[in-house]
Amino acid sequence: MSTRDWPLWEVFVRARRGLSHVHAGSLHAPDAEMALRNARDLYTRRGEGVSIWVVQASDIVASTPDERDAFFDPAADKIYRHPTFYEVPEGVHHL
Amino acid sequence: MNTPLNTPLNTPLNTALNTALFGYTLALADDALVSAQRMGWWISRAPELEEDVALANIGLDQLGQARHLLTYAGELEGDGRSEDDLAYLRDDREFRNVQLVERPMTDFGVAMARLLVLATYQLHLYRALAVSDGAPLSGVAAKAVKEVTYHVDHASRWVLRLGDGTEQSHARMQAALDAEWPFVHELFTPCHPSLAGLVPDPAALRESVLADVRRVVTEATLVVPEVSPALGGGRRGLHTEHLGYLLAEMQHLHRSNPGAIW
Repeated sequence: MSTRDWPLWEVFVRARRGLSHVHAGSLHAPDAEMALRNARDLYTRRGEGVSIWVVQASDIVASTPDERDAFFDPAADKIYRHPTFYEVPEGVHHL
Repeated sequence: MNTPLNTPLNTPLNTALNTALFGYTLALADDALVSAQRMGWWISRAPELEEDVALANIGLDQLGQARHLLTYAGELEGDGRSEDDLAYLRDDREFRNVQLVERPMTDFGVAMARLLVLATYQLHLYRALAVSDGAPLSGVAAKAVKEVTYHVDHASRWVLRLGDGTEQSHARMQAALDAEWPFVHELFTPCHPSLAGLVPDPAALRESVLADVRRVVTEATLVVPEVSPALGGGRRGLHTEHLGYLLAEMQHLHRSNPGAIW
């Protein structure tokens, strides 16, 4: 029952219907079922959620800091991707 | 279900019934209160931080149930005793909890075996109380049903994992069951005859509770111990030596500083 044997899980909590699950934190648990229950006890103690996802941290594929330039910098100067070039006709409230 | 309690509880006509219902409520309250105190021992001692929080949550659920039940018991009694008076100013002979919950609980297997039995019993009892429309305690019970459902779930999952785990965890889980089993039977002590039809009789829950527990135990590749019941007597105020020490720890602050709040 040592920590060595308990993998790390990432916890995502949905605050209420209509919102998406948001990363809440992580925890240790021996398996998925216990991870879900530990998440309930650790991250929804004060009515924070109506739904929980847990995923083993090792199953998450994440971008690395090394890839940051190639991944994200090219988007920095593409201002035409932002909807700032449209003029909103006068009197239109719900475009 | 007949509800003679539609008449005011404190009328002389109902005094005998009140006394019986006071004892019944106190039994439920003290089971929850003493169990909560034992569960609190685990805070900072559980095998993992996550389990630490889980056990603390469960203990606090039980404490919440005890508070509601003690408050109600105080009203039934009509002597103006508050939940604090009942929790902190009674001696062990006045406690009505089963001996199951008062014994030390410093082994994780014992903690889970005991929680499985106690929470399953509470689930059946609270459920029956909750559906008895207009019966006393139905409000408290309805809230508690959701809490103890989770306690049963938590204990079941651990019993399954430890029983059907390694050789060592299996042996220790079985030893824990063996240690708790003589004390299981006291839970089904019949309630006072005058309460028949008003509240569920614990004696009538024996088969259904034990069937639920047996299902988990068997699935966990463990065996239901064949042992003679302990002498019991907790419902009559007869306790093991362990309750005195537990109460000394639980009550000393209030007794040394009456009415202390923080």
